[in-house]
Amino acid sequence: MSTETTPQPGGAGAPLLEVRDIAKYFGSVIAVQAISTTVRAGEVTCVLGDNGAGKSTLIKILSGVHQHDAGQFLVDGAPVRFGSPRAALDRGIATVYQDLAMIPLMSIWRNFFLGSEPTRGWGPLKRFDVEFAKRVCRQNLLDMGIDIRDPEQPVGTLSGGERQSVAIARAVYFGARVLILDEPTSALGVKQAGVVLKYIVRARDRGLGVVLITHNPHHAYPVGDRFLVLKRGRSLGEWAKPDISRDELTQMMAGGAELEQLGHELERDAEDSELAAVAREVGQDAKDLGIAP
Amino acid sequence: MTTAVPTADERIAPVGVLRRLLVRPELGAVVGAIAVFTFFASLSPVFRSVEGIANWLDPASTLGVMAVAVALLMIGGEFDLSAGVLTGTSGLTLAMLSAVYGWNIWSAMLVGLVLALAIGLFNGMMVIRTKLPSFIVTLGTMLMLMGINLGVTKAVTGSVQIGGIADAPGYDLARRMFAQTIPFLGVEFRVAIFWWLGVTAIATWVLLRTKAGNWIFASGGNAPAARSVGVPVARTKIALFMTTAFAAWLVGSILALRLTSVQANTGINQEFIYIIAAVIGGCLLTGGYGSAIGAAIGALIFGMADKGIIFAGWDSDWFKFFLGVMLVLATLTNHMVRRFAEEKRK
Repeated sequence: MSTETTPQPGGAGAPLLEVRDIAKYFGSVIAVQAISTTVRAGEVTCVLGDNGAGKSTLIKILSGVHQHDAGQFLVDGAPVRFGSPRAALDRGIATVYQDLAMIPLMSIWRNFFLGSEPTRGWGPLKRFDVEFAKRVCRQNLLDMGIDIRDPEQPVGTLSGGERQSVAIARAVYFGARVLILDEPTSALGVKQAGVVLKYIVRARDRGLGVVLITHNPHHAYPVGDRFLVLKRGRSLGEWAKPDISRDELTQMMAGGAELEQLGHELERDAEDSELAAVAREVGQDAKDLGIAP
Repeated sequence: MTTAVPTADERIAPVGVLRRLLVRPELGAVVGAIAVFTFFASLSPVFRSVEGIANWLDPASTLGVMAVAVALLMIGGEFDLSAGVLTGTSGLTLAMLSAVYGWNIWSAMLVGLVLALAIGLFNGMMVIRTKLPSFIVTLGTMLMLMGINLGVTKAVTGSVQIGGIADAPGYDLARRMFAQTIPFLGVEFRVAIFWWLGVTAIATWVLLRTKAGNWIFASGGNAPAARSVGVPVARTKIALFMTTAFAAWLVGSILALRLTSVQANTGINQEFIYIIAAVIGGCLLTGGYGSAIGAAIGALIFGMADKGIIFAGWDSDWFKFFLGVMLVLATLTNHMVRRFAEEKRK
C-alpha cells in the first residue's frame, strides 16, 4: 500500500512527541519496525491497526514500558529513552490503559491521586491530604463533565466508560501534555464509547496532544486529526484528516483486498447455504468499501 | 444483589449510606466481636469482670500486634507464613545473646531486630525477584527458621529451651517497657495491650492517611495498574514484609522478656492464626482490601474465645471448632461485601 511520507498537518507548532523509524525487537521477533509519527498539542493522532499490528508495542515505547531498539524517540525535539512509566509521566506523557487503568476496590478519589498523592505536614507527620484529594477529585471530574454520585464509591462500581473518563480526567489534572489512550472504546457499548470520545475531544481542546489507539475507524475518524495505520509491525502510512476519507480509512483497516479474497474463499468452500450467505455478505462489504469491482 | 430502588433518582442517599456502612471492611469483625462478647459475658460473670477483661485482652494483644502487621501485608497482596516462627527466632536470639553470652538485653534486642528485618527483607526480595507466590517463598522461610531455631538452640545449650534472661544486664528497664503490668481500676493490665493499641493506631493512620497506605491498597488491589501510575510496588511490598518481621521481633521480645525463657518451638502454627484474625477482620485473601482495626478486632475475638471457653467451664478442645465457625462466617461476609462493592463492573 501507500508509502507516502507524512504530510504536515496545519496548525499546532513543534511536535510534543515524535518517533522516527522506531523499532522494537523481542528476541528474533520484530514487534514494530520503521514507524514514524508525530504528536502535536491540540491534536489527536490515531494509531489504527488490527490485532498484532504493533499498536501496543508502539504505545508501550511511548509510555516508557519498553525501550526502543532502533530509530529515534524525541520529546520536545530532544531524544529520550524512558527507563520506566514514571520517567514518561515526569515528562508529561500519561497513558490510560484499557484494562488496568484503575484499582476496582479503591475509591474514586484514591484512584484519582494514586501514585501522585498530595501531602501536607512534614517529617513523620507527612500525610495524604484526604480533604484536598476528595475536593479536587470531585471538582475535576465535574470540569470534565463527569458527574459521579460519590467520590467514595469503589471504582469497581463504575461502568467501563465512566472509568475511562475518570482516568482521562486524572491524566489531564496531573498536567499531562500527551495523553495516550489504549483502546479506550473497545470494550464499550455505543453510547459509552460516545461519552469517552467526547472527553477525548475535551482533552484535545484543552491543548493536550492525544494518541488514540483503536482498531475501530468509526471511533477514530470523527475525533482524529491524523491517522497512522499499522499492519504486522509496519506502517502503512500516515495521513492528515483532509487527505483521507472515512471509507478509505475503513478500507485500509479492514484490509480491503483481503476481505475480498476471504469472500471468494468462502464462496468456493461454501457447501451449505449458510456459509454461502456469509460469503455473499463479505463480498458485498468489500464492494461497499469500493474495493471489489 | 439488587440496588434497584424504584424511585425517581437512583442516586438517592439511602443506598449510598447503606453501601458505605457495608463496605467498611471491619463491619463483620465488629458484629462478631459484639456477638462473642455477649455470648460469653452472659455465660460467665468472671468473663465480664475487669479481671476477666484484663485476662482475655492479654492473648489478644500479642496476637493483635501480629495480626495487624499481617493484615497490612495481606492488603498489599502477600502472605507471610514465616511470621509465627520468626517470633521464636527473635526471642531465641535475644535469649541466647543475653543469657548464654551475657550480652546486655538492649544489644541482644538490637541484634534480634536486625536479624528479623533481614529475614523480612529476604522474604520480600525473594517474592519480588522470583515472582513466586509468597505463600511458597515464606513457607520455605518458615521451615528453614524452624530448623534453625531447633538446631542452633540444641547445639548451643544442649536443650530445647533457653532461660535466664532475667539475669542479663539491662533486663529491668526492658521488662518495664515490654513485659510489665500496669494497674488500672485495681487490676493489672499487661503492657503488651498498649503496644497492641499503639501498633493498631499507627497502622490505621498509615493505611488511611498516608501515601504509603494508598500504595499498599493499590499494590494488593492491582499491582500492574499501580505500577503503571508510578506506585513503587516492589518497594511497598518489601517494606510490608519487613513490617511483619518487625512485629514478629516485637512480639518475640515481649514474650521472651515476660517469660524470661524461650522454647525452641515458639511461634510454630501461629502464622495461620494471624492470617485468620486478619481475615475475620475483613482482609481479602486476594489482597487490596482490609483494615488494621479489623485485624485488631479479629485478634480480640480470638482472645475472648480463647479465655471465654475456659471461663464458661467448657473443654478448651472446642476452641478450634469455634475458630472454624468464625472464619467461615467472616469470609462469607467479606465475600458478599466485595461482590456488593464490585457489582455493576462493566
